[in-house]
Amino acid sequence: MDAHAHAAHGHGELEIPFNVHPRPDTGLYNAKLGIWLFLASEVMLFGALFSSLILLRTGVENWPHGWKLLNVPLATLNTFVLISSSVTVVLAWASLRLGDLRKGKIYLALTLLCALIFMVVKAFEYGSKFSHHIHPSTDNFYAIYFTMTGLHGLHVLGGMVVFAYFLGPGAKMWQTEPARFTNRIEVCGLYWHFVDLVWIFLFPTLYLL
Amino acid sequence: MAPKRQLRVGTQWLYVDEAEKLLREAIRIQEEEEKKRHGGHPQSWIRRYVFSTDHKWIGLQYGFTALLFLLFGFSLMLLMRLQLAWPNKAFGILKVLGETAAPGGVMLPETYNQLGAMHGTIMVFLAIVPLAVGAFGNYVVPLQIGAPDMAFPKLNMASYWCYLPGGLLMLGSFFAPGGAANSGWTSYPPLSVIATQGQTWWLLGMVFLITSSLLGSVNFIVTIIQLRAKGMTFMRFPFFVWAQLVTSFLLLLAFPPLEAAAILQLMDRVAGTSFFMPSGLVVSGNVLANAGGGNPLLWQHLFWFLAHPEVYVLILPAMGIVAEVLANNTRKPLWGYRSMVGAAVFLGFMSFVVWAHHMFLTGMGTVISAFFQTTTMIISIPSVIILTAMFMSLWGGSIRFNTPMLFALAFLPMFGIGGLTGLPLGLAASDIHLHDTYYVIGHFHYVVAPGTIFALFAGIYYWFPKVTGRMLNEFWGKVHFWLSLIFINGVFAPMFYQGLAGISRRLYDGGAQYAHANPAFKSNVLMTVSAWCLLAAQVPFIVNFFWNVFMAVLGKRNAGPNPWQATTLDWAATTSPPLAHGNFDVMPVVYRGPYEYSLPGHEFDYLPQHVEVPEAPPPGGGMLPEAVAVARREA
Repeated sequence: MDAHAHAAHGHGELEIPFNVHPRPDTGLYNAKLGIWLFLASEVMLFGALFSSLILLRTGVENWPHGWKLLNVPLATLNTFVLISSSVTVVLAWASLRLGDLRKGKIYLALTLLCALIFMVVKAFEYGSKFSHHIHPSTDNFYAIYFTMTGLHGLHVLGGMVVFAYFLGPGAKMWQTEPARFTNRIEVCGLYWHFVDLVWIFLFPTLYLL
Repeated sequence: MAPKRQLRVGTQWLYVDEAEKLLREAIRIQEEEEKKRHGGHPQSWIRRYVFSTDHKWIGLQYGFTALLFLLFGFSLMLLMRLQLAWPNKAFGILKVLGETAAPGGVMLPETYNQLGAMHGTIMVFLAIVPLAVGAFGNYVVPLQIGAPDMAFPKLNMASYWCYLPGGLLMLGSFFAPGGAANSGWTSYPPLSVIATQGQTWWLLGMVFLITSSLLGSVNFIVTIIQLRAKGMTFMRFPFFVWAQLVTSFLLLLAFPPLEAAAILQLMDRVAGTSFFMPSGLVVSGNVLANAGGGNPLLWQHLFWFLAHPEVYVLILPAMGIVAEVLANNTRKPLWGYRSMVGAAVFLGFMSFVVWAHHMFLTGMGTVISAFFQTTTMIISIPSVIILTAMFMSLWGGSIRFNTPMLFALAFLPMFGIGGLTGLPLGLAASDIHLHDTYYVIGHFHYVVAPGTIFALFAGIYYWFPKVTGRMLNEFWGKVHFWLSLIFINGVFAPMFYQGLAGISRRLYDGGAQYAHANPAFKSNVLMTVSAWCLLAAQVPFIVNFFWNVFMAVLGKRNAGPNPWQATTLDWAATTSPPLAHGNFDVMPVVYRGPYEYSLPGHEFDYLPQHVEVPEAPPPGGGMLPEAVAVARREA
């Protein structure tokens, strides 16, 4: 049945065209286009913060070197953890595409675990700074460090909530609409790659330069 | 008297009015069937009217809320104007502000600052953008592209429910200790960082509003690209849809830097950081204890990176509305549709590289000034293209001067004045004299008030019958229009004169202390009287509006589905009001461009986008285009 005609005659909940299957001329389903647009706005958000970092740094004479103040080994570990989680989230989606919910859930759980490890490591880093009486108000280096990594951390936390939902109650959708559920994992996977990518920019700019 | 016109429906000949009656009957039956079809799924009152996911209802929610904010923001300005015309005089009405804000009816400077900051914030972020995008965009865009709803109805609902708390936070900030935000709608640090608590409320409110606009803009873009009806190619979009598409991209990409800026300012205020605070700042004789090393200019860059595209967010939907009304009432295709679309897209791109023309006075350097001066001159070109195309569209038309058309026509010279007076501000040399004077206020108010707000009024008068099934009263509409046009110019035209005389825009007494500006200062009385008369001029509109809403709620309709005889899908393919569930009974298929008016060789002067023209028209003339559609549907 034509998607247009179908929408008008759906009963009860209104059916939106191209909610699950791609529109032929754009090759995208709605949520996939939506997440790309959302990520574009996220690029502008973090772009503005990175620009602020550059402006603040060039505006003062002695900006400290990150590697002298921050814990580079821990951050390197975290970088590997996040990159691994990017791989597992793709594997989760691929498993669902192949119709294997059990495997998909395992990879999803691994992704969630990686995110958790990242946050725990981050908490240790923050904690050691606080215990040395270093706060955002200490100076502008720490101010931008706490602000940017904090905002990134909120993004990680958001991703964890979504993954937990799809592991738990959200997975019910697999029984009725497997294609739509797979799409959802793809969409949150795209978001997750972005969160990784932000970290891959944060790591050198804050810790290494 | 001319003989009554007849037309053929099927095999029968009918008078035109009889045919229209039949058509309405057919639509009524369809509506009934539609109701029956969905009768098995009654929605609760809350899901239908409070947390609705129907784009039309969300559009109305946005519309009503935004109109209330518009009136509220206007009334703040009315109070300020009293103080400007008669500085430090006691007014009974100022006592509503309370003893702490206006002791004995005399407004305190702090109160004046609060009113000024909140007037700007409310008008831009809570009134005009939600009205132009949230209300008109939400209601009209899915109808015009032939979509059953927005792509993400739940996100749409969430968008409104982020907007409302954001607005309430802003309103609530008046009751914070020290009152509402008082550092101007631009919230420049360091002033805003050391300001009273209301500024924190302002920042939190902005975070809600930014979230709301993010959800909305993603939704609009996906809807326009993905949910177009069959045959609705991009160059068949009504210009309004193009305007909304470009607007959504601006909102999507320009707002996040302000969100970043708001986060940084929140950190400065709450966590004691110094992003915007230079070292060694002295406030009231004391050196501030913060770490310093920050940059106040950083805020201005981030803020204007949003706020310049925001100007085009304010004006593009207005241009879209005017284009629809003009084409409909000149009964001609828009002149230069493709150039207008190209210009709108180019305008969108350019609006991201002009922001620092708001900052010529900051000492950011002549090289940067030269760059932004150049881009600013370039961006005036697409605006001129659009305005010229609109003027050219009038040429040779047989114009219907109904209320929406009057507002749309007034938009053209008013926006023209606003735009042209912007050029001296875009050039760094002349801007040095004019910046921070009333000239700037006059300039952007001409763009936004008699420009955008008039276009929004045109839109309200134009789409009111679609939404309610009732026409607004024409006589009172015209009274509303003419009085508004006269008084709004009485408010803003003297500002150019005052600004050129050098009166600063930030003075609590309106410039009374400037001996050299004494003659110009006198026009403050004219402006204030005009502003209060402008309020009185809105009474016919308010009564007309609510009376007809009331009658519509009672089910008394006096408008057919297409009272303006328009060609676009919102009019031609839907009932008035459109079906609650999915807008269209049969999803329309689009066969042609949006403005096929006065097509030679056709009996009627409009050919809707979705009507398939039969190969050979039957002898004796065709049918009403809608009748063709009904006949096809039944076949």
